[in-house]
Amino acid sequence: MKSLDVSPLVWQVLRRHLIVFSRNWKTNLSFNFFEPLLYIAALGLGLGAYVQPMEGLPYLNYLAPGLVASSAMFATSYECTYGTFVRMEYQKTFYAMVATPVSIDDVIVAEILYGTFKSVLYGSVILVVILALGLVASPWALLVPPVLAVGGFLFAVLSMIWTGLVPNIENFNYFFSLIMTPLFLFSGVFFPLSGLPRIIQTLAWASPLCHVVNLVRGLVLGRVHAALIWDFMWLVTLTAVLFPLPLYLMRRLVIK
Amino acid sequence: MDVIVAEKLTKEYNGKVAVRGIDFRVRHRECFGFLGPNGAGKTTTVNMIYCLSPVTSGRLTVLGMEVQKKPREIKSRLGVVPQENNLDPDLKVLQNLLVYANYFRIPTATARTRAMELLEFFDLADRADDRVDRLSGGMKRRLTIARALINNPDLVILDEPTTGLDPQARHLVWQRLRRLKERGVTLLLTTHYLEEASQLCDRLVIMDRGEILEEGDPQGLVAKHIGREVVEVGLGRVECTGQFQPAADCGDTTAMIVGRTNHLLRGHLAVGDSLFLFPRDNGQTVLQALQGMPVRFSHLLLRPATLEDVFLKLTGRGLRA
Repeated sequence: MKSLDVSPLVWQVLRRHLIVFSRNWKTNLSFNFFEPLLYIAALGLGLGAYVQPMEGLPYLNYLAPGLVASSAMFATSYECTYGTFVRMEYQKTFYAMVATPVSIDDVIVAEILYGTFKSVLYGSVILVVILALGLVASPWALLVPPVLAVGGFLFAVLSMIWTGLVPNIENFNYFFSLIMTPLFLFSGVFFPLSGLPRIIQTLAWASPLCHVVNLVRGLVLGRVHAALIWDFMWLVTLTAVLFPLPLYLMRRLVIK
Repeated sequence: MDVIVAEKLTKEYNGKVAVRGIDFRVRHRECFGFLGPNGAGKTTTVNMIYCLSPVTSGRLTVLGMEVQKKPREIKSRLGVVPQENNLDPDLKVLQNLLVYANYFRIPTATARTRAMELLEFFDLADRADDRVDRLSGGMKRRLTIARALINNPDLVILDEPTTGLDPQARHLVWQRLRRLKERGVTLLLTTHYLEEASQLCDRLVIMDRGEILEEGDPQGLVAKHIGREVVEVGLGRVECTGQFQPAADCGDTTAMIVGRTNHLLRGHLAVGDSLFLFPRDNGQTVLQALQGMPVRFSHLLLRPATLEDVFLKLTGRGLRA
């Protein structure tokens, strides 16, 4: 496989995405913002009233940090499937960029970084909201944005792998119903995994979202312990292993 | 030094050969054209020149650098106008130029000055703050060309610059391209419009099915292969017994015509139900000879020879076929 050809021009491509984002951030942000609030209201407040405390916490307090992680991951995944695909296939923006000194690898890495940016931004906004609701218990929460960056990078890579494998806008539904929704439901956002059968616990441990949730919840609640290092290491290792794949797959689509 | 040198340049996609070992050279400050029908391999060749498609085999140097080795350096000195407009619809007109300038690391102040000059040059200055999708087809094309000039390129590549434009918009683009040429910019364009090729190109190659069939200047090629004029005879339906009927009913009309006019011709070509006669010197005498025949044709036309005739002669097919 061709070696990585990345230059500082990545920043110029990312800058283009940020300029576009700065033009329509209001509509963008409010949309992604709304859904987690619905979960907080319906599940945290509504359902939570009937639910026994989880890991010694009222349900709302248990749920809130999980939603920070999941909304960050969803923001990234939408960006690096639908967003990336539209730029590549419908708008042909990639082709315009690679006709300049920008390389295709610069373009792909900038897509991944933009996905990462979305994770940090959307997750942090929800973090601020739950802070305002009094659901943040510890100043360790200041470390949540860096965690969202690491998790966001991984989710950007995963989403771009899907985009590279199945470059068809209809098939992105499958990504969300077959991959993202199960991750969302079985990664400890809504309930602790310890109550589930062993086999599902093992599967869940493989879920990247599970580790982001562990880290975010630990930091938000101030329950910081050594085992969190493993969650972090798992995210970093998986990212390092998978990173070449989207590059290979996306190059193949653009360079013929 | 030549701006582009291609030797035995070949491109294969999935086992299909799109470009078959072509050789050509583009000189400094000339307008060089690739003329050919769709599928001839023009875009594939252009894509290799601007380092988008990897070369399968052969040698290709652009501005003295090999495309495989120095793509970023080459691309920093090129302007590319792709066949499909790929303006950034998420950005406004001026922003399209400014953001593009960033990809060339052009300082913001310089980029802004140059972008305003380009918008002025392409009659788009009053649309600077418009959304790209509000522009007409001709304006989008002009903006795409303006964008290709943001880095003051040494070579501008235009892949079918006026395909899909109405005649007025096309002439406006041609005017601007001529002015660029006067300023000394080297242009490389692909087209299947022979008028475009003859209006703009100093030299061109005629391409078909991945190969270069001929090379030369437009007038020279026409003079070499065809001459000055062409007599076009329509053989769709001919009249020999008082009413128009299929040509076959009047015997071998083609042989009759050629027999009658052969001494006046330097060649002829039958394509479909048209017969093209290439007069040796005077087209009028050929016309008179045909009018003196006992047969009448569905049409009879004396017109100046064009590159299309050259193409027809070389391939036996029309450019848009």
